[in-house]
Amino acid sequence: MTLAILNISWQTLADALSLGGVYALMAVGIGLVFGVLRLVNFAYGQLVMAGAYALAYSSVWGWPTWAGILLCFGVVLALTLLMDRLVFRPLRTQSPAVMLVATFAVAFLLQSIAVLSFGQLGTIASSIAPLNRPWIIDGVAIRKIAIVSIAVAAVCLALLQLLLTRTSVGLHMRAAAMDFGTARILGVRANRVIGGAVLISGLLAAVVAVMLTVRNPQVTPTFGLDDTIIVLAGVVLGGLNRPIPATLGGFAIGFASGILGGALPTNQSQYLPTFLFAAVILVLLVRPNGLFTRSGGAVERA
Amino acid sequence: MELAGPVALVLATALLGLAVSTSLQTYFLDTLVKVSIVVALYVFIGNSGVLSFGHVSFVALGVWVSGVLTVPVGEKPAIMPGLAHFLLHAQVGNVPSLLLAAAAGLVFAFVVGLPLMRLSGLAAGIATFGVLEITNNVLRYYEKIGPGLNAFSSVPQTTGIWQAAIGALICVVLAFAYQRSRFGRMLRATREDPAAASAAGISIYRQRLVAFTLSGGLAGLAGGLYVHMLPIEVDSLSLDLTFITLAMLVVGGSGSLLGAVVGALAVSGLDSFLSAAENGVDVLGWHLDLPTGTALIVVGALMAIVLVLRPSGLSGGRELSLPRRRPRAAPPAAEAAG
Repeated sequence: MTLAILNISWQTLADALSLGGVYALMAVGIGLVFGVLRLVNFAYGQLVMAGAYALAYSSVWGWPTWAGILLCFGVVLALTLLMDRLVFRPLRTQSPAVMLVATFAVAFLLQSIAVLSFGQLGTIASSIAPLNRPWIIDGVAIRKIAIVSIAVAAVCLALLQLLLTRTSVGLHMRAAAMDFGTARILGVRANRVIGGAVLISGLLAAVVAVMLTVRNPQVTPTFGLDDTIIVLAGVVLGGLNRPIPATLGGFAIGFASGILGGALPTNQSQYLPTFLFAAVILVLLVRPNGLFTRSGGAVERA
Repeated sequence: MELAGPVALVLATALLGLAVSTSLQTYFLDTLVKVSIVVALYVFIGNSGVLSFGHVSFVALGVWVSGVLTVPVGEKPAIMPGLAHFLLHAQVGNVPSLLLAAAAGLVFAFVVGLPLMRLSGLAAGIATFGVLEITNNVLRYYEKIGPGLNAFSSVPQTTGIWQAAIGALICVVLAFAYQRSRFGRMLRATREDPAAASAAGISIYRQRLVAFTLSGGLAGLAGGLYVHMLPIEVDSLSLDLTFITLAMLVVGGSGSLLGAVVGALAVSGLDSFLSAAENGVDVLGWHLDLPTGTALIVVGALMAIVLVLRPSGLSGGRELSLPRRRPRAAPPAAEAAG
C-alpha cells in the first residue's frame, strides 16, 4: 500500500515522522541552550555519541537494557554539566561566533577522544536492537522504533511545554530567552535558569541517543555528527530564538529528510544532502529570521 | 611595515623547509599550503567578523579544477573512468592550472556570495555550511567530473617549497593590499559598528561580497597548490579541514593578518609534530610514540583553551609594527564583536 502520487510507502512516512520527532527533540535541546546562552552547541551530537557508546558498551558487557539506558543518561548528563562548567560558563560573555567556534572545538575534541579510546570502526549496541523489528499493522510493516520515537517525542515535547508555560522555572527561561539582561534585573537568577536549560538539553540528548542507537546500532566516533548538522540547519531554519519555531524547524527537516530519502531513486539517494541543504539555503534566503517566526525579531543579541 | 612580519614568517618557514630532509619537507609544504588557506579565510572572516564554514568548498573546487586538468590525458580513463568527454581531453600546465583554480574559487565564491551575503550571523554560518555539504557531496559522488571517492592520483607534484612559498606570499600580499584598500577599511568599519558604517554610506552587503569573492579566489589557489602537493581525496576536504583551518585562525587571532599567519604556523607546526609522533619520532634522545588521534585532541583542546583564556588569539588582533610609528589609537578592544 503506498501513497501513489509521491510513490511513498507507509513505512517511509512512519520513518519520516519518527525521524522528525527525534530531530525535534534535538532541536529543543539546542534551542533551549541557545535561548538562554545565545550559544549554538555544535557539540550536541557528541553528547549523543557518548550516550550511544554507553549503550553499546553496556550491551557488550551484557548489562540488561534498562541498566544500559540508565548508564546512557548518566554519561550524557555528566558530560553536559562538565561541558557547561568548563567551556560555556567561561565564555558566557563572548559573542555568538566565538562561542560557536568553541563548541566546534569541543565537538572535535570529544570525537578524537572517541577515536582514540574506542577505535575508528565502532561498536554495536545489540541489546536494544529488538526495538528495530517491525510491527505488522493492517498488512503494513512499521518498525517499532518509528512508533516509539513518535510517542516519546510527543510526550517529551508536551512535558516541556508544560514546564515552560506552567512553572516558574519555565517562565524564567522564557523571559531569559527573550531578554536576558532585563530578566536578570527583574529577579531571574541567571545560574539557575542556565543550569536548568543545560540540564534539560542534556536529558533530551540522552533520549535522542537511545532512539538514534536503536535506529542505527553501529556506534562510531562520528555518530550523531551528521544529524547535528542537519538539526542545526533545521533549528536556524525554523527560527532560533523561540522554542516552538526551533522545534518545528527540527521536525520539518527530519521529516523532509525522511521523505526525500524514501522518494529519491536509489541511484540518486547519495545526493540527499545536496537536495536537503539546497532547500535549507533557499528557505534561509527567503526567510532569514526563520520559517515559523513572525517577521522582525533579531536572531542575535547585539 | 606591517607586511614585513607575515612575509618574513613565510620566508623563514620556506628556508627552514629547504634545509631539512625530504621526508620532513612534506610537513613544511603542508604548513605553507595551510598558511594560504588560513589567509584566505582571514580575508573574509577577519575583516568582516562574519563566520564562514564554507571556505573549504572553495579549496575543494580549486583542488578539483587544478587536479582534473593536470592529470595526463593518457592516464585519465584509468583514474576517472566516468569522466565526461570535454574533460577527458583537456590538459593544462602547472601555472595555468593554478590560475584556473583561483579563478574557479573566485567565480564560485561570487556566485554563492551573491545571495548568501545578504544573510548575517547564524543564518550566514548555516548557509555557508550548506554550501560546504553540497560541494563535498557532489564532488564525492558525481563521477562524470572527477575521481569521486578516489584520490587525485597522477597529478604532477609540482608544489615544492618554492611554489608553496610563492603561493602563500601571493595570498599574504593580496590580503594585505585588500586590508589596506578602501574596500578593506570599509569592511572593517562594518565589523566594528554596522549601524555607524551604514550611516556613513557603506553597503555592508557589497563590501562583504567583495571580501568573500577575493577570499574564495585565494582559497581556490590554495586548493590548486594542495592537489599538486600530494594526491588528495575530495572526501578529506570537509569538516576536518574546516575545523583545523578555523582553529588556526582563531588560535592566531582572527583580527589581524599576522594572527592568521602565526596561527597557521603554530598550529600546523604542532599538528605536524604530533602527527609525526603518532608514527614514532625521536626527540632529543627520547622516543616518542603517541596513539593515533592525539594530534586532533591536542589541537581541539588548544583551540578551546585559547578561546576561553584569550579570545582575541595569540596575536591579540594586532599587526606587527615598530614602536616609534604608533600615532594611532589603541587597537580595538571589542575584537570579538560579531
